[in-house]
Amino acid sequence: MVAVTPETGPDTALGTDGTDGTGMTATADLGAQLAAAFDAAVAADERVEPRDWMPEQYRATLVRQMAQHAHSEIIGMQPEANWITRAPSLRRKAILMAKVQDEAGHGLYLYSAAETLGTSRDELLDKLHSGKQKYSSIFNYPTLTWADVGAIGWLVDGAAITNQVPICRCSYGPYARAMVRICKEESFHQRQGFELLMALSKGTEEQHAMAQDAVNRWWWPSLMMFGPPDDESAHSAQSMAWRIKRHSNDELRQRFVDIAVPQAESLGLTLPDPDLKWNEERGHHDFGAIDWAEFWDVLKGNGPCNEQRIGQRRRAHEEGAWVRDAAAAYAQKQAAQQAAKHAGANEEARV
Amino acid sequence: MTGTDTGAATVTAAALALGDDALILSHRLGEWAGHAPVLEEEVALANIALDLLGQARILLSMVGDEDELAFLREERSFRNLQLVEQPNGDFAHTIARQLYFSVHQHELYAELARGEGPFAPLAAKAVKETAYHRDHAEQWTLRLGDGTEESRARMQAALQALWKFTGELFQPVEGLGGVDWAALEERWLAALTDVVERAGLTLPEGPRTGAWAAGAGRQGLHTESFGRMLAEMQHLHRSHPGASW
Repeated sequence: MVAVTPETGPDTALGTDGTDGTGMTATADLGAQLAAAFDAAVAADERVEPRDWMPEQYRATLVRQMAQHAHSEIIGMQPEANWITRAPSLRRKAILMAKVQDEAGHGLYLYSAAETLGTSRDELLDKLHSGKQKYSSIFNYPTLTWADVGAIGWLVDGAAITNQVPICRCSYGPYARAMVRICKEESFHQRQGFELLMALSKGTEEQHAMAQDAVNRWWWPSLMMFGPPDDESAHSAQSMAWRIKRHSNDELRQRFVDIAVPQAESLGLTLPDPDLKWNEERGHHDFGAIDWAEFWDVLKGNGPCNEQRIGQRRRAHEEGAWVRDAAAAYAQKQAAQQAAKHAGANEEARV
Repeated sequence: MTGTDTGAATVTAAALALGDDALILSHRLGEWAGHAPVLEEEVALANIALDLLGQARILLSMVGDEDELAFLREERSFRNLQLVEQPNGDFAHTIARQLYFSVHQHELYAELARGEGPFAPLAAKAVKETAYHRDHAEQWTLRLGDGTEESRARMQAALQALWKFTGELFQPVEGLGGVDWAALEERWLAALTDVVERAGLTLPEGPRTGAWAAGAGRQGLHTESFGRMLAEMQHLHRSHPGASW
């Protein structure tokens, strides 16, 4: 995005506070110019790249959102990994392991993308572990049966895709590009979840009941994944203006419901909402009231698995500290040896 | 000629032995998901587990229905090495287990791939995967051995703890009659000695076979933790007889 690069050249180092050392008035003018150019570029759908000037608040919003997204990927490994060792066929086991592995990979891309904004994976992980940054609340629900693996794929990944596809056009380049790849893999996961549920739905009576039970438990939390209603959403308006976000929470939620209803029918499963019906006039499905008290309660830490999820994450991190320390110490020794060798060679060359 | 016992019964015996090794080690590695010390290792350990599971599925399918074999056999019918069923322990134990097994599997598959027996096609593909597994284990052995005091001590302890299970790696497997097991063992020992020395560690001393391993995994004698592992692995499948998934 060239439009917001200061006129003095792309490499001119501007302080993040906009100071350029030329005096207050010039600074204020330049700051205003940069901000105006930034807004215009974003409005014209140009991509913001890591070295471009950007408002501090834009940077902070992106770090918060990308970190939360990355954290959701790695916490999201837990409820599904819970079934790897019990997967009922080798084919399903391979699919599930690959899926959980993909989530670790998504975490890697997203932490890397966030690092382009001047933060680090370690710093972000510390904030996750200390509770300063959040992850998607959906992962605070337990996976009680094998069918939950299917319900997560179909509904949770389905909701995530609905949320994430528009982010492929997010104004921040590295995030948008990471999302393109992530969305491809997520849509694969969603089809796998759907296919898993189909096998159960068409299987024995017990398997069908297992699938229905899982859908009953995951439906409402999946609708909550789109966040609070538009009039209560704290970050929405600014994020929309900055083209970090492209559609409102309620729009996306409606889109998801409209997609899920016919899919449930083809699965031969029902959705647990007596108020769910097609509204000819609106051209959308109406659906029942979401229990927002539950949403806020889980978000505050009172979900069924909040402590368990963050506890396992912290434990893995703490128990792995000696491994990371060893890798760092080894890398340092190798680098020192290389440097010594290099210095020795230079010395010889001089002699 | 390598792997040329083509009688159906001996092919079955060998496919079960190799298939069970891959199946069980894959399962143990799968237990790491969500617990690895660093995100890159979540990806790497899952990758190795997936490679092994892929090998297991091909090998078990040479014998019969892969799911019946994985989920409906009793503990005493499994033919895997005792080494691969050992619990993960700390990361050093997992790496030591990987090192011992991957060097063995890589050397064995390289030999099978050169032959014309029934396992040559699989081995030709798997040898590329096992080369990566071996490299992963060797790199971590170096990092842990030459990292910090703590990592060195842990890695040394892990090598020691699993040492007694390594003799079984070179017990001839029925159906792989063409393999020169003594030469395989020599190559394995040479490779182990090299990496362990480069890591500043010492190769454990002490017996690698003995009364505890009489017959051992290849004859269906396993260690106590294996039964519990199978109970977890087989429970859901066994709870729904005849169901498809």
